[in-house]
Amino acid sequence: MAAAVRSQVISLYRMMLTESKKFPSYNYRTYALRRVRDAFRANGALEDPRAVERLVVEGQQTLALIKRQVRHTHLNDLIWVTGDGRQREMGRINKYNYFAKNDDD
Amino acid sequence: MYRVYFLIKRHELEIDELRPLYMDFQATTPMDPRVLDAMLPYQVNYYGNPHSKTHAFGWESESAMETARRQVADLIGADPREIIFTSGATESNNMAIKGVARFYKTKKRHVITTQTEHKCVLDSCRILASEGFSITYLPVQANGIVDLELLEASIRPDTSLLSVMTINNEIGVKQPMKEIGQICRSKGVFLHTDAAQAVGKIPINVTDMKVDLMSISGHKIYGPKGVGALYVRRRPRVRLEPLQSGGGQERGLRSGTVPTPLAVGLGAACSIAQQEMEYDHQRVSMLANRLVQKITSELPDVIMNGDAEQRYAGCVNLSFAYVEGESLLMALKDVALSSGSACTSASLEPSYVLRAIGTDEDLAHSSIRFGIGRFTTEAEVDYTAEKCITQVSRLREMSPLWEMVQEGIDLKSIKWTQH
Repeated sequence: MAAAVRSQVISLYRMMLTESKKFPSYNYRTYALRRVRDAFRANGALEDPRAVERLVVEGQQTLALIKRQVRHTHLNDLIWVTGDGRQREMGRINKYNYFAKNDDD
Repeated sequence: MYRVYFLIKRHELEIDELRPLYMDFQATTPMDPRVLDAMLPYQVNYYGNPHSKTHAFGWESESAMETARRQVADLIGADPREIIFTSGATESNNMAIKGVARFYKTKKRHVITTQTEHKCVLDSCRILASEGFSITYLPVQANGIVDLELLEASIRPDTSLLSVMTINNEIGVKQPMKEIGQICRSKGVFLHTDAAQAVGKIPINVTDMKVDLMSISGHKIYGPKGVGALYVRRRPRVRLEPLQSGGGQERGLRSGTVPTPLAVGLGAACSIAQQEMEYDHQRVSMLANRLVQKITSELPDVIMNGDAEQRYAGCVNLSFAYVEGESLLMALKDVALSSGSACTSASLEPSYVLRAIGTDEDLAHSSIRFGIGRFTTEAEVDYTAEKCITQVSRLREMSPLWEMVQEGIDLKSIKWTQH
């Protein structure tokens, strides 16, 4: 792989991982990190420049998708919570499961 | 036998109470972010009715719907014209069973199904029976698989339809669809299969399986809830009497506006499932083995319900002897599990599927279904296994039956007195 393409792929990989870390949901976050890592590893030995370019374009589209979905799920996090008949302030719903927020793969 | 009935009370989670881990992928699945991304434009901006032929809103909606139809068809090896969008697998099952039986009712009055089918199939057959059809409910063997010779023997000259589900949602067994298809084709009987749990998880080809009707559910394959599909073969043509009358949409078989965003979501889910099938299958099998190995290596007297080989790995149904199922579910309250399927859990009866495979009454009550899917992590599986081991050991310590078993008493020889 040419050096310019290689550095482009590596920067795409790093950006995808950075964006994937921002998912509030534990399951989506771990899936995105794992899938991105496994997909880049599986295609690591590819030499054909056309195939590589196609995958890079697909990766950029997926990066945009991840950014949109991260923003979307963040927006759906803040809701009105009523408890005991009183209306509470806008707060985060309990979205963390038994694993802490920063404990990802 | 003295039995205490518990009811798991539902309560609203407090503001800082943690949510449980999700291990119930057979009940429903979370939507894949890629599916939601495909659906959103059609919920917001491209809101036209796909059946409007006169303006751009209709045209773009229709082209999205046809793309989705092709994506669903590609997953199962069908032609796009053979896919009908419905509101879910329950509607598809109803359409297939009632529709085919009623269409051919002048000449053929017999329908065959199995005892382990989904409630909607069994209920549709019950309605047909009240209309004067004769229904055969085939028993299954102890491993959950139908007996092929018995199946062949029960086909009569006036049989119109045979319905067998590909993968069972409670015990995860996979039926030998190719062989069943061969038998049905040779006898001239239509084969319907409820493939809601199978589509997107194992490779399915309607030509290889010789299937004439197939039900697909959206929310079992990481798609939206409220949409499904029915595959209806065109060569040789399968005729159905439609359940829902109206403007003749969906080849006249299912009238009503096709919900474009939901159909697009189903199509996206199917195309993602096709790409990810190999990866997901390896991962789910690895996690399921890990779970079962961990649990069975630490705990004795754990029985897996259903055949060990002919199964889908992601549905693990384990019976823990000498432990009550509801109390175990309450003890495992930080993991979202179920005992039996959602449609039977309203009553306190043990699941009819477990009864059909011949499980003992007490083992049927103490069964738990673990569902593993695309988004499950190793950490979740390890946590579930450890929690399960500690809670089962704790409950067994408290159980007088366990004490008696440890002393070597055979429980079946005890004569319980009435109080």
